[in-house]
Amino acid sequence: MNPATRSSHTDAPLGKHDIAALVARHIPDGAFVNLGIGQPTLVADHLPPGSGVVLHTENGMLNMGPAATGSDIDPDLTNAGKVPVTELPGAAYFHHADSFAMMRGGHLDICVLGAYQVSARGDLANWHTGAPDAIPAVGGAMDLAIGAKQVFVVMTLFTKDGAPKLVKECGYPLTGLGCVDRVYTDLAVFDISSQGVSVTHTFGITFDDLAARLDMPLLDATKP
Amino acid sequence: MSTQLCADADEAVAGVQDGSTVLIGGFGMAGMPVALIDALLRQGAGNLTVVSNNAGNGDTGLAALLAAGRVRKVICSFPRQADSWVFDELYRAGKVELEVVPQGSLAERIRAAGAGIGAFFCPTAVGTLLSEGKETRVIDGRTYVLEYPIKGDVALISAQRADRMGNLVYRKTARNFGPVMATAATTVIAQVREIVETGEIDPETVVTPSIYVDRVVQEGDAV
Repeated sequence: MNPATRSSHTDAPLGKHDIAALVARHIPDGAFVNLGIGQPTLVADHLPPGSGVVLHTENGMLNMGPAATGSDIDPDLTNAGKVPVTELPGAAYFHHADSFAMMRGGHLDICVLGAYQVSARGDLANWHTGAPDAIPAVGGAMDLAIGAKQVFVVMTLFTKDGAPKLVKECGYPLTGLGCVDRVYTDLAVFDISSQGVSVTHTFGITFDDLAARLDMPLLDATKP
Repeated sequence: MSTQLCADADEAVAGVQDGSTVLIGGFGMAGMPVALIDALLRQGAGNLTVVSNNAGNGDTGLAALLAAGRVRKVICSFPRQADSWVFDELYRAGKVELEVVPQGSLAERIRAAGAGIGAFFCPTAVGTLLSEGKETRVIDGRTYVLEYPIKGDVALISAQRADRMGNLVYRKTARNFGPVMATAATTVIAQVREIVETGEIDPETVVTPSIYVDRVVQEGDAV
């Protein structure tokens, strides 16, 4: 792992760009990666030049480049969020059934997703609030959650009302069972494994204060 | 049967019956066969089941078909978008039925229909609302959901180029659902930007072989 990733404590919470930069540092060179819509997309801005990371987009492309601007905008070339993007040398196009076979078949190394909630067992809730008037829309979230070799979640650790989003049991409808491997938040990074939930990094909070605010046993892995 | 080259989109969609299941390609607007959808609106078939990734954008294309009350049911993965107000209003008013399917399961169910597969066990959606009531099976320690094919009476797709036999090539991410939908409907109708002479498409680059394509119409301009 890159030496920069070992620093496990900062004095202040991370902003969303800091979180994205940290995720980017944890993605191995040459990995095949899918970035979900929204905050996960920011990770692309922090991948170092020459990393060789190949971005997959569910709508049928590998080696997707940055967002397109000006005369590079092409309505035939968009990402999963329908935003115009560019292609990098070595890009490949394929149809939807192949694109999702890549996910389900375990060919993607990492996917990075947003979440409403993650449970202590790694269950993910990120597609539906379950509100009676909400129109359900899942897109590729369920396929990604169960398909990639590793699933990273990026989210704030608490809602605006102060409720934890890392919880014993998800209250929102699930996207996938036991599928999340790591959770990156503004206050801490968590590894979820068969051993339980380990805190690997803290930002502006001590391990003990964090443990007091989350309703689950936590293992302290912040010490080198 | 050999592929029919149509003079216009109206000829291409002739004969679509009320109550048909219509597969419509596209991901957002990329690969959306807008001319064919507009022609289907003029053609008048109603009580349709539409299978598409999204449920219409803005006020044109699929959104216009929905607004005209021609669609009974939408099977899609992602109906809720910033510009899906036509669908949103119909859905909230109870005027259109919705089946949400995970995007990969949607593509694979369509692929299965085209490949003669009776059903398949899929790991996606296990333990979620979208697999409620579906048969499951544990295979090598992992749980799978039984998913059935989705077959269309008609597929409306968009491609970059056809030759006069009906071989198709696509362009960039506008390919998306086109190749699988082309295999999975009784009548497959493709709008293309360009029709070239047979032999002018390198056989190594054909994505959808002509065997799948029933009708082709040129619409728009080559890019």
